[in-house]
Amino acid sequence: MSETNETNERNAMNEANETKFGEYGGQYVPEVLMPAIEELQSAYERYVLNNEDGFIDEFRRHMRDFGGRPTPLQRADALSERYGKEIYLKREDLVHGGAHKLNNALGQVLLAKYMGKERIVAETGAGQHGTATAMAAAYLDIDCEVFMGRTDINRQRPNVFRMRTHDADVIPVDVGSGTLKEAINETMRDWATNVEDTHYVIGSVVGPHPFPKMVRDFQSVISEESREQIREQAGRLPDSVVACAGGGSNTMGAFHNFVPDEDVSLFAVEAGGSGLTIDEDEGVAPHSASLGTGEDGVLHGARTKLLQSEDGQILESHSVSAGLDYSGVGPELAHLVETGRVTPVNVDDDAALEAFHRLSKLEGIIPALESSHAVAFLEEVTDLDELGDLVVVNVSGRGDKDLDTVIEESEKRGIDAAPSMEVFR
Amino acid sequence: MSNSKSDLESAFADEPALIPYVVAGDPGIEETKEYVRALVRGGADVVELGLPFSEPIADGPTIQNAIRRALNGGMTPQKYLDLVSALDVDVPIVCMTYYNLIYQYGGREAQRASERSSGGTPRDEEGVEAFVSAAADAGIAGLIVPDLPVEESGPLRLACDEYGLDLVFIVAPTTTDRRKRRISTQASGFVYVQARMGTTGAQADVSGDTHESLQRLAGSDLPKAVGFGVSEGEHAREIISAGADGVVVGSALVDIVASGENVAERLETKAAELKSGAREGRQDIPEPERTSN
Repeated sequence: MSETNETNERNAMNEANETKFGEYGGQYVPEVLMPAIEELQSAYERYVLNNEDGFIDEFRRHMRDFGGRPTPLQRADALSERYGKEIYLKREDLVHGGAHKLNNALGQVLLAKYMGKERIVAETGAGQHGTATAMAAAYLDIDCEVFMGRTDINRQRPNVFRMRTHDADVIPVDVGSGTLKEAINETMRDWATNVEDTHYVIGSVVGPHPFPKMVRDFQSVISEESREQIREQAGRLPDSVVACAGGGSNTMGAFHNFVPDEDVSLFAVEAGGSGLTIDEDEGVAPHSASLGTGEDGVLHGARTKLLQSEDGQILESHSVSAGLDYSGVGPELAHLVETGRVTPVNVDDDAALEAFHRLSKLEGIIPALESSHAVAFLEEVTDLDELGDLVVVNVSGRGDKDLDTVIEESEKRGIDAAPSMEVFR
Repeated sequence: MSNSKSDLESAFADEPALIPYVVAGDPGIEETKEYVRALVRGGADVVELGLPFSEPIADGPTIQNAIRRALNGGMTPQKYLDLVSALDVDVPIVCMTYYNLIYQYGGREAQRASERSSGGTPRDEEGVEAFVSAAADAGIAGLIVPDLPVEESGPLRLACDEYGLDLVFIVAPTTTDRRKRRISTQASGFVYVQARMGTTGAQADVSGDTHESLQRLAGSDLPKAVGFGVSEGEHAREIISAGADGVVVGSALVDIVASGENVAERLETKAAELKSGAREGRQDIPEPERTSN
């Protein structure tokens, strides 16, 4: 082994063993899960970091042939003109399944196979992660069960049908507000019961170590590609990268390879919902802006920034976008915000809906409501100069799954940009 | 740790210990006090009192629902500590809760004050110390924190040592020998042996995992209490005769609380049934094999 390889391997081992990002991260899980987490840590180190048995080569082959990578980095002509800047869109909506979620789902399902697991479980909010996991499970032939909150089932029916089409079992979660937080709790319980033959394909850069690092690594293909593409197409690195942040998987994917480039500003756009004021008596936050407004705490296996009451009870979050509707956020993002490398911003539900229609009209792209938040920031940013002249916006997914919500919410709120459907009634 | 036995360890001294669990504030604070008294009358040696957290990932549906009832009724960490202070029972009380409530204790005012005074002392140690100090004042003998594995327990272990509380750890059917040794160095009071995979919840029989787990822990100095799925006197008998020093019973009692009918009386009867099962279990063990606690 060459000296460089040895150094790389040592760095990879250190990387695998370090469970925290500064103060954030860690492994706060019931003892019954700890051996599985240690097993996963070792598998992450061997297969993902050290490409044992050609794991990474196989992953990249599947991402190309099945997933449709690389995705384009498209210059958005109408947006560029509107904002007087060069705006580029990273088209993760063109990944097979319609969202960046497949990058991680395919990576973890493949890893589960390498680990000899017979069954996978997953949680889903908007249904995109569940769909991507069901798709990867069908493709790689492994049993799959997906836990989904009842509220999310009702607002994301097309994705429920898609998961069922891929032969995954969708298990409704009725407790609490019936959204992502409850679905994660329930999946952890299932994993704790069946941990010996089951892998939990967690859907974002959240959860106990090594999930936040591993999911980031699978998603970092987004920034790996866009970094190369922008150099090729614009001749230099961007001034800023903009991505929406719920749990933060597309955010970390879009940012990761730019983190060392200190001249590149990184904006994480959270769901401002219907306002940032919290009703502690009701235990509800009318938004999901945990990076911008949350307090440090421990949830779902990690120390991170959370929406919580003074006592530490977790608040129900809100967003018109099911995929952003989560009370926590990935620990690495919390760390990057704390150290000033990432700037958390937010846009409200109405602005996201306006952006959904604007991008559809101006660029012919129907974005997911999650991605609409990132696009909305271009319109809502108070000082456009902050963004610089060359901007990459991550379009994390396509909006087909959100059409029912958009039709209903646009009408209810009187969103100006929505098309009139009066004559078709 | 000193050689003298803690309150918790002493509770296992004479006969097999019964450790019932109920959720504080389910359905209200006065009811909880009444239920704890009933459980002690029925033979409880230690009472495990749940401090409700909104995301109880180690618990099954029965206890999740009880936690929701308690939170809807306005239970808070401060009311919990006041409740324990006001309890007039002479058995040790163990607080079972999740880490975020301990981490957050004292609220954000304490966090801001500590940041001002120390220029950024790590947040967890502030909240953790405040909680353990208040728990000691309230008379709590020990803590069980199911989402805190040994790896993350450093600050809490230090605070518990400082204020004289026991920190109980769970050993699961999946726990490897290497982890078991690591847990043994950090645990005090007793070791909580999780009888089966998964979450809490009453079961119809005793899992085969129990016997294996107890055998693997045979060398441990601390008393071993088995929980997760225990619901009947017969289970208690089987568990104690397999070598356990105590039984933890939660969901079966929480079911009685949830029914709302003659709760205190039925809790007392159930505790007596479990305790008598445990005593019979001890008699099943041939004399020379009994562990001395």
